[in-house]
Amino acid sequence: MLTVHHYLVLGAILFTLGTIGVLTRRNAIVIFMCIELMLNSVNLTFIALSRHLGNLDGQIFVFFVMAVAAAEAAIGLALMITFFRNKESVNVEDFNLLKS
Amino acid sequence: MHSYDYLWLIPLFPLLGALINGLLGKKIKNETVIGAIGTLAIASSFVISVIYFFRLLGDSQKVHEQVIASWISVGTLQVDWGFLFDPLSALMLLVVTGVGSLIHLYSIGYMHGEEGYYRYFSYLNLFCFSMLMLVLGNNALVMFIGWEGVGLCSYLLIGYYFHKKSAGDAAKKAFVVNRVGDFGFLLGLFLLFWTLGSAHGVWTVNFVEIQANAHLLGAGGAIVTAITLLFFLGATGKSAQIPLYTWLPDAMEGPTPVSALIHAATMVTAGVYMIARMNGLFAMAPDTMMVIAIVGAATAIFAASIGLAQNDIKRVLAYSTVSQLGFMFLAVGVGAFTAGVFHLMTHAFFKACLFLGSGSVIHAMHHALHHAHVHDDPQDMRNMGGLRKHMPITHITFLVATLAIAGVPLFSGFFSKDEILHWAIGSTHGHWGLWLVALFTAGLTAFYMFRLVFMTFYGQERMVEKAKKHLHESPAVITIPLIVLAVLSVFGGYVGVPELMWGAHRLEHFLDPVFGATMATYGIGMLPHSAAFEWGMVAAAVIVATSGILLAVFMYHMRPDLPGKVVASFQGAYRTIHNKWYVDEIYDALFVNPTKRLGTFLWKGFDVKGIDGIVNGLGKLVQLFSGALRITQSGLVHNYALTMVLGMVVIVAFYVFR
Amino acid sequence: MELIFFYLVALVAVTSGFLVITCQNPVNSAISLVMTFFCLAVFYVMLHAPFMAAVQILVYAGAIMVLILFVIMLLNLGAESKRRYAHNVVGGAAAGVVVLLIGSFIVLRGQVTGLVGDITPQVIEQVGHTELIGQTLFTRYLLPFEITSILLLVAIVGAIVLAKKEV
Repeated sequence: MLTVHHYLVLGAILFTLGTIGVLTRRNAIVIFMCIELMLNSVNLTFIALSRHLGNLDGQIFVFFVMAVAAAEAAIGLALMITFFRNKESVNVEDFNLLKS
Repeated sequence: MHSYDYLWLIPLFPLLGALINGLLGKKIKNETVIGAIGTLAIASSFVISVIYFFRLLGDSQKVHEQVIASWISVGTLQVDWGFLFDPLSALMLLVVTGVGSLIHLYSIGYMHGEEGYYRYFSYLNLFCFSMLMLVLGNNALVMFIGWEGVGLCSYLLIGYYFHKKSAGDAAKKAFVVNRVGDFGFLLGLFLLFWTLGSAHGVWTVNFVEIQANAHLLGAGGAIVTAITLLFFLGATGKSAQIPLYTWLPDAMEGPTPVSALIHAATMVTAGVYMIARMNGLFAMAPDTMMVIAIVGAATAIFAASIGLAQNDIKRVLAYSTVSQLGFMFLAVGVGAFTAGVFHLMTHAFFKACLFLGSGSVIHAMHHALHHAHVHDDPQDMRNMGGLRKHMPITHITFLVATLAIAGVPLFSGFFSKDEILHWAIGSTHGHWGLWLVALFTAGLTAFYMFRLVFMTFYGQERMVEKAKKHLHESPAVITIPLIVLAVLSVFGGYVGVPELMWGAHRLEHFLDPVFGATMATYGIGMLPHSAAFEWGMVAAAVIVATSGILLAVFMYHMRPDLPGKVVASFQGAYRTIHNKWYVDEIYDALFVNPTKRLGTFLWKGFDVKGIDGIVNGLGKLVQLFSGALRITQSGLVHNYALTMVLGMVVIVAFYVFR
Repeated sequence: MELIFFYLVALVAVTSGFLVITCQNPVNSAISLVMTFFCLAVFYVMLHAPFMAAVQILVYAGAIMVLILFVIMLLNLGAESKRRYAHNVVGGAAAGVVVLLIGSFIVLRGQVTGLVGDITPQVIEQVGHTELIGQTLFTRYLLPFEITSILLLVAIVGAIVLAKKEV
């Protein structure tokens, strides 16, 4: 029997994968994609719970998350282009102005 | 009823002069304009003072208060910017602005070509402003403003030649010693305010109210004695009395007109004025009065003895000033307030004349020695002699003023000094011991002043041969003030001719509204004496003065070889008084050096090791901690992200496993 | 039958998610991510949310991923570096495992609570998913919806300002 818990655990696994990617990868664009993965795992959780509770509010939230993700993609990629123009790299270890 | 509405203009003019010269003087550059601004400012005040003085003479009401604005209004403390115009302050106004105007005029010539000409005139005007505030203030705090202001100006002007170390040191010494006195003044004021307020419900610093309520303190009580002694400590600082007189001789480092104005005629008399102003308070404390009289007499003879053996012309005059101030304190100490103020006035005339005359001599000597290309000291009397022929006007005026200070009959100093001597023996507070000391001092004064005259103006010319032909009389701008002051030195005493000599003693009647009530209430006055006794006293004074003069004539004019022999036979005594009784050395050993050692200890031991050690130690400690913490601040985005995730995990875990 | 299908698709989703964080070439990561998105769209359909599935494909797989790929191509980032991982790869992985443990603990030990509604699969069949979403969105959530439009506008302006060569 397929329960809501299956979806929730799957969401947790995908979220973890995204977290590990954010924390370990050096390429800023890959990190960006990992963030998208984390967002999507949350979306999955939202929709699963929405279905389980018979309430549409969760799906509306997913809608907003997508809007935010789209905005984030625009801004984030613009930032990356700017950064690449200055440093010829999108490696986050080159984001080191804070380092003395 | 007359109007005195423009009283505030009197201090305002010098203030404006000081501001104009101080702020714009560097731009004006022209010495004539700067000098004219300074002189006109004080001369305008003089004109107003004269007008108001005569208005007061014809006025039936003698005490006028004028409040300009409220200054401090805190609880029971109410202080106004207010002026008090009564016979005492009117007289002081005349002296300060009159002598001040002459000295400003003189300075135009004397300071010619000096660097910082505008600075000099700005300070001088500022001094006049402060002195006028001191004199005019209707309460002790406004007086204190003036009191501090004159101290500051004195410091600035003594240190006028600040590139000379001795001048800077002298200025510092004057300031520090004055601070000791000012401290006493303030403590006395606090104690007076608090005692009158808390014990008797009269919260005031106003002179008129203090005068009216002083009797509440109870005559002869411990508190009133303490208050008056503290005030007297303030007076000893400002007026150079024992124990705080040491700064005045050093103050001669300033330009000579400054010595004349500040350190002879006006500022140093502030202490006498202050005591006269609070006569009602001081009359309550007979013990203090006695202390004042004794200190005054002691200072008089002590300073006169030092004056005997000095060779610097200005230093002799400085010790003479200290001595004469001692006379004034002796006078107020025996209750002769009028005589004290009288001597203050005549002393202002002849001592200003003497200082300006010495300035004229120094000016000429400096000029001559400069042209002769020798570096002898232009102030040393051993380099002078025979100047009479070169500088006739200076000689005559100087001689007149010397006769006045020596107490030769018919000159102004005779009347005032005689009155002090008279009161010293004959008043209710007097004592024959005080009289004897004062009389002996008068003889010493006559002697050392004529010694000065003979060494400077008579005898053979001891300066370098080349310099002689460059000696000449000073310009008119210098000699005119000398002449005016010499005339005042002669006739200034005629306002106070006693009844005994068929005079009316106008000054005493004029000042009666200030002192009369106190004298009557506390029974201060002359004991009854026969006319013969009084004439005897006068004769004694005249004889002593004359013998002093004759001794000087004999030693320094007729037998110029004698002084050397006397010195040779009294080596030890001579060396002691030549070195000013070693008082400076004693003070150095007792106060200055221990303070310096304490300061050095605090600097090297406490500050460098203690305070700096704590501060640097804290810095080291922080460095240690931050060195450890800095590992976390790697500057790498990943580490920050990891920390963020860990923080999030901890928070979530806290809620889950709670 | 449904369970088996779930596990199958979940396996694909996790595998492609894993590939996202391990691939050397960012292009490969991007393609794997698209694969994950598709799997998620399948789950949405299984959860009776066909509109969300369509939006997922359109917005994520269609718009965002194309944008990312476009940037990757533009910056010519194909396998520029041998070193994929940062220094603290162990720390990151450990943190991820802790996150997974806590997440699983919450899911398996916790109880699902929340605002219970009356939208059953039957209602969705009758009314239609798109219509239900639209009704909610344009009534209760109208204000947030409009604010979202402002957010997107700001993002557009910001992206242009940031990416312009000379400001």
